[in-house]
Amino acid sequence: MKPIISGKAFVLGNDIDTDQIIPAAHLVYKLDDPEEKKNYGRYAFSGVPIERSGLPEGNIPFINEGNWKSEYTIVIGGKNFGCGSSREHAPFALQVAGIEAVIAEGYARIFYRNSIDGAFIAPFETAHQLLKEIRTGDDLELDTTKCIVKNITQKKEYQLNPLGDIEHILRGGGIFEYARASGMLQKK
Amino acid sequence: MPMTITEKILAKHSGRSSVQPGDNVWIDVDVLMTHDVCGPGTFGIFKREFGNDAKVWDKEKLVVIPDHYIFTKDMHANRNIQILRDFAKEQDLPYYYDVGTPRYKGVCHVAMPEEGFTRPGEVLFGTDSHTCTAGAFGEFATGIGNTDAAFVLGTGKLWVKVPETMKFVFEGKMPKYLMAKDLILAVIGKIGVDGATYRAMDFCGSTIDSMTMEDRMTLCNMVIEAGGKNGICAPDKTTTDYVRARSNKQFECFYNDDDAKYHSVHRFNVNEIEPTVAKPHSPDNKAAVSEVAGTKLDRAYIGSCTGGKISDFIAAAEIMYGEKVKIDTFIVPATMDVASEIRKTKVKDKTVMQIFEEAGCRIGDSSCAACLGGPSDTFGRLNGAEVCISTTNRNFPGRMGSKNSQVYLASPYTVAASAVKGVITNPREFFN
Ligand code: SF4
Repeated sequence: MKPIISGKAFVLGNDIDTDQIIPAAHLVYKLDDPEEKKNYGRYAFSGVPIERSGLPEGNIPFINEGNWKSEYTIVIGGKNFGCGSSREHAPFALQVAGIEAVIAEGYARIFYRNSIDGAFIAPFETAHQLLKEIRTGDDLELDTTKCIVKNITQKKEYQLNPLGDIEHILRGGGIFEYARASGMLQKK
Repeated sequence: MPMTITEKILAKHSGRSSVQPGDNVWIDVDVLMTHDVCGPGTFGIFKREFGNDAKVWDKEKLVVIPDHYIFTKDMHANRNIQILRDFAKEQDLPYYYDVGTPRYKGVCHVAMPEEGFTRPGEVLFGTDSHTCTAGAFGEFATGIGNTDAAFVLGTGKLWVKVPETMKFVFEGKMPKYLMAKDLILAVIGKIGVDGATYRAMDFCGSTIDSMTMEDRMTLCNMVIEAGGKNGICAPDKTTTDYVRARSNKQFECFYNDDDAKYHSVHRFNVNEIEPTVAKPHSPDNKAAVSEVAGTKLDRAYIGSCTGGKISDFIAAAEIMYGEKVKIDTFIVPATMDVASEIRKTKVKDKTVMQIFEEAGCRIGDSSCAACLGGPSDTFGRLNGAEVCISTTNRNFPGRMGSKNSQVYLASPYTVAASAVKGVITNPREFFN
């Protein structure tokens, strides 16, 4: 996790489940093959009904037809982001698509855990209803140390919740690196 | 210190005399389960982190069950099964249930209890969110991702945050027209899809005491649909009889202390609960069947870890006996054992299978099938704008295939009654 994450916002609604993040038909590609895994980026958020994709207007594709990566860097969600299945392919697909952080009002447990233990993306929580404030395409700057997100386009800023206990796992680069650093696992 | 069942199991497995909600603890794992969708990724991370020649921490504790994408021509899906097969061979795994052999089982969460892998007091992790089903046996069971599973494969341990427990007390004798599925849909409708996030959901009361293991599994299966970390039912004679018939391993039963602390307590009188559905596109979009009765349907689906057990098919057969279905009706037994029971078990003078065949249902092979959509050639998959009523557990947009389809979740009684009438139908009409 970088100290500062900056880029464009992609805004979604409440209860974005893992089938919307990466539909089940796409769970078959190799996760560790550099070429094949690009498919996860290509199909990220392809399960979101198009009228709810890229709020507030909607009808904005996350990835343009024929591309493998998204032009967006930070996803803004509402309540219960990542609910549904335990597929780690979900935070992985977002990472492959170029997403570095998600800011939501709350997360489903397994998605949250997967994001951290695999260090795929930084999942920040906030009490603000950002999906009503931030617009898809706004330029954002997220300070992961101070837990503040600035909306450069709208000249506003919001405080996010501290990461808490899991911060050292995320900053360390995931559960394996954390366990090695703390002596639980032998160094490679 | 007074503790709940979940707290006691986590205390024991972390080597402490007590734990409290919010504690982060490292626990020892009794069983790890994985399947064809997440197994290949898990094994890949295991090798990346522990080396190509690494051996799993305890092969007696690893269960590998292909079940998701089985009967498909999709080449990538079939490659996933080959990866499981190779890993099982390389690691000499005793509990691998290969496709195309007599060992093949079907849906993991139904196969696990059948094979005796679910036992009171244990810790079970699985790379599938419905691993929580096994909480029905009085154990701590929850879903994890590939990275965590790979960590367990190498170390036999994982960190967890001890959850608070929400208590759901059901009192009264189950009315004939009601099923466990109606109860859990009523609970999720009440508390919402994030109403139990990070928490344990404990089911108790006189109704639960007289439930079969399969009914308790239906309740615990869907705790994840309320965001729950795990479901739990205190073990009793029903539990221990079931487990002892299938496993000779020692286990320990834990119970809630009288003065244990709960996040909240929710009470239900089952006589006040009506047959319930979840409308599209969320499991908490609750309605009484009577409120949506008459809704036009294109398809009915009976299957999955939630609604594809033998008791679910017996219930459906009670309704379909001597009737014809008016819409495409797909029957998918969760496991091979269930498929064989359907051919043997009778309702009145006919086998359940005969009843389905005479009613005009289409019967598929045991697997997850269209519960999660899957590759486009999956049996029962919704490939267009169909309206489907289903005994499965999720109805998010596109869950059963096309984003344009609509799914109503309901009990096997309600699904069977609706299949017979072609519109959403209250099963109470069949019990007069
Ligand atoms: S039947 Fe459905 S819910 Fe159950 S394990 Fe299979 S895909 Fe998941």
